[in-house]
Amino acid sequence: MKQLQKFGFWVLTAVIVVYALFPFYYAILSSLRSGTALFQISYWPSSFDLSNYIAVFKEQPFGRNIINSVLVAVAVVAISLFLGVTAAYALGRVAFRGRGALLMTVLAVSMFPQVAVLSGMFELIRFLGIYNSLPGLVLSNLILTLPFTVWVLTTFMRELPKELEEAAFVDGATPWIVVRRVFLPLMWPALVTTGLLAFIAAWNEFLFALTFTLSNDMRTVPVAIALITGASTHELPWGNIMAASVIVTIPLVFLVLIFQRKIVSGLTAGAVKG
Amino acid sequence: MSGNSALKRSRVRSAWLFLAPMLVVLAMVAGWPLLRTIYFGFTDANLADLGAMKFIGWDNYLARYDGEWSGLLVDLLWWRSVSNTLWFTLFSVTIETILGFVVALVLNAEFPGRGFVRAAVLVPWAIPTIVSAKMWGWMLHDQFGVINDMLMRVGLIHAPIAWAANSETAMWTVVMVDVWKTTPFMALLILAGLQMLPGDIYEAARIDGINPVKVFFRVTLPLVRPALMVAIIFRALDAMRIFDLIYVLTSNSRDTASMSVYARQQLVDFQEVGIGSAASTLLFLVIGIVTVLAITLGKVRLTAEPA
Repeated sequence: MKQLQKFGFWVLTAVIVVYALFPFYYAILSSLRSGTALFQISYWPSSFDLSNYIAVFKEQPFGRNIINSVLVAVAVVAISLFLGVTAAYALGRVAFRGRGALLMTVLAVSMFPQVAVLSGMFELIRFLGIYNSLPGLVLSNLILTLPFTVWVLTTFMRELPKELEEAAFVDGATPWIVVRRVFLPLMWPALVTTGLLAFIAAWNEFLFALTFTLSNDMRTVPVAIALITGASTHELPWGNIMAASVIVTIPLVFLVLIFQRKIVSGLTAGAVKG
Repeated sequence: MSGNSALKRSRVRSAWLFLAPMLVVLAMVAGWPLLRTIYFGFTDANLADLGAMKFIGWDNYLARYDGEWSGLLVDLLWWRSVSNTLWFTLFSVTIETILGFVVALVLNAEFPGRGFVRAAVLVPWAIPTIVSAKMWGWMLHDQFGVINDMLMRVGLIHAPIAWAANSETAMWTVVMVDVWKTTPFMALLILAGLQMLPGDIYEAARIDGINPVKVFFRVTLPLVRPALMVAIIFRALDAMRIFDLIYVLTSNSRDTASMSVYARQQLVDFQEVGIGSAASTLLFLVIGIVTVLAITLGKVRLTAEPA
């Protein structure tokens, strides 16, 4: 009985792992096949043909798309963390009237459907003259990352001991110095967690990037992949698409493997404590 | 004492100073665009020339000209997108909750290689939605897809199925891909709830020789329910605004179009910013009402729970 239970548990675990990883595994297999080999179904690696990878970069500005995605995501992370830390200090360490209402407002923004701000954002971006440019994407992405950055950093900051800043204030330090010298060094774990989540959110964002860019070389990676087309709409170049998919997913898989504990704690802090 | 309150006042002042940049940015990227969208909903704005719009009242929602009703509220495609969205939300969140619970229970057990399994489970969550839509689109390809091949080998189907194109399977296909992508998130939230449970209850149940299935339904499920409710609410609100997956997997097909897909199609493809904004506003209202209901009902339930 005990043996059987153990066996069942391992089978279940194996099923979960295969289910989670098979699509990615199959994308790698497909990306390494070209020509007719791509259309013969096989479950094991049979060829190592990099021509899809070369084609992805040759047939569209995919290198430029990757640089765009990195620039947008890094800028979004930097701005979100800066605004998040300063706001979290005020929301987490200072008691003032309206604090609870403000936190609820921030949380409410994270519930906004993206499409509800789409036309207003479109108008704003055109007004600012940043349509079809990376700053436009950075600005619009902030609505996705800022609320949870503020929220998670506030919960983290609130749990730090009270005595920390009191000594500094007695010594005559200004709040800005307290944030920079006292809190920032302690906040690294939370900053890494929220930064990673913000990076992944910005890297994966699709609707704004699709709507607020026009030309191929301003697109980010998700839009570029979604719009890869072949000679006709019925003949998608699946080899290229799979190669592009593998390229953008590998960095994320590494991030997950290295930082899984941090990501898990960030995700649950954002939700359970909320 | 007075020195203390002066200090407090200066701290409150600096708190607002620290908040100001975040609030300005949030107002700019969320508050203002939302207000403009609501306003556009009452105009005949066109994407090609937003400046030329006129105020037309409720006409985008409901209007009557020459005895004919028009507007969103009588548009069958809009109602189709509403029912698609609700259908998608109901089934995807239900399946994700059940599978997520199973995964969470596995991850909550102590076994060698648990770190690896947890990392493997996180992979679908980290993959961009567009990429997962494309990966599954290829696996579900009607002629060369590996899923059809698997099912035919096992003998479950006799001829290949065009999963994403067939109107009977399209919505299930969307649900299936979403389940793959989002179950990890559910599992992690439930796992966090499970890990807060006191271990001695299980010890006691084990010593008393109580059936594990009974322990699950009588002990685990009630104790983990608050965390579970939060996870379900989060997921449901997220599912109701789904766009990426449906747009890439089935494009603008009416069989699967969600409210977000409908609104964007009006806004961008048909350039009808007025109607698209009205639809976006309705979506915003639906999500807002569900959020308020969830928070109030959730609180009532939580306080009614014996401590």
